[in-house]
Amino acid sequence: MQFKIQYYALMREQAGRSEETVDSIAATPADLYRELAARYGFTLAREQLKVAVNSEFSDWSRRLAAGDAVVFIPPVAGG
Amino acid sequence: MRFRFTQTAIDTSQARRELLDFGAGGYVSFEGWVRDQNEGHEVTRLEYEAFQELAVKEGERIVADAVRRFPVKHALCIHRVGTLALSDMAVWVGVSSTHRGEAFDACRFIIDEVKHRVPIWKKEHYRSGDSGWVNCERCAAAPAHQPHDETAAVIHK
Repeated sequence: MQFKIQYYALMREQAGRSEETVDSIAATPADLYRELAARYGFTLAREQLKVAVNSEFSDWSRRLAAGDAVVFIPPVAGG
Repeated sequence: MRFRFTQTAIDTSQARRELLDFGAGGYVSFEGWVRDQNEGHEVTRLEYEAFQELAVKEGERIVADAVRRFPVKHALCIHRVGTLALSDMAVWVGVSSTHRGEAFDACRFIIDEVKHRVPIWKKEHYRSGDSGWVNCERCAAAPAHQPHDETAAVIHK
């Protein structure tokens, strides 16, 4: 399935891009993170992140559907 | 919209006008400024970025929650994105209410929740030439088995 991924902050720098479309057999955001962390060497552990699917916070175990937009959310620092 | 981003300086006099209400007896605001020190580093400037689509939704939920919970007349939060210099205003929160107590409480609630929940990131640039994403670099270096590290506290479920 194809997924649209956006990267922010530290993860954007580590991935070297702000967005991409990936072809993956990942069934869940957790699977997808494992795959992309191996590809890009992300230093943040999954436990330190949150994840959004289609611009809403999501569980890591949600079943992904083709075309889903996924954003991994590093620890935030607004204000 | 009760939560929004701006690429340019926050216009506080305009923002304050959005809170006016004949039933309000007062107004409380908070301004977050760029400071020259953080955790022993000399900071020279900051860059803010946000996942705006989700950040606006989450910010709106926080402000709506504050208006209901305390309760107050009106509330608004504006956050800067982009590059900021020392003393620039990074965030503004304003609350109007019938009495002052609720306004102070709601203002505090909004800024605290925004800092913890809204997907906004800040990169500090230091006098030494180094730079770092706040709450990310130290956590990356310090694995999850240090539950008392303050950086772990920002990771909310």
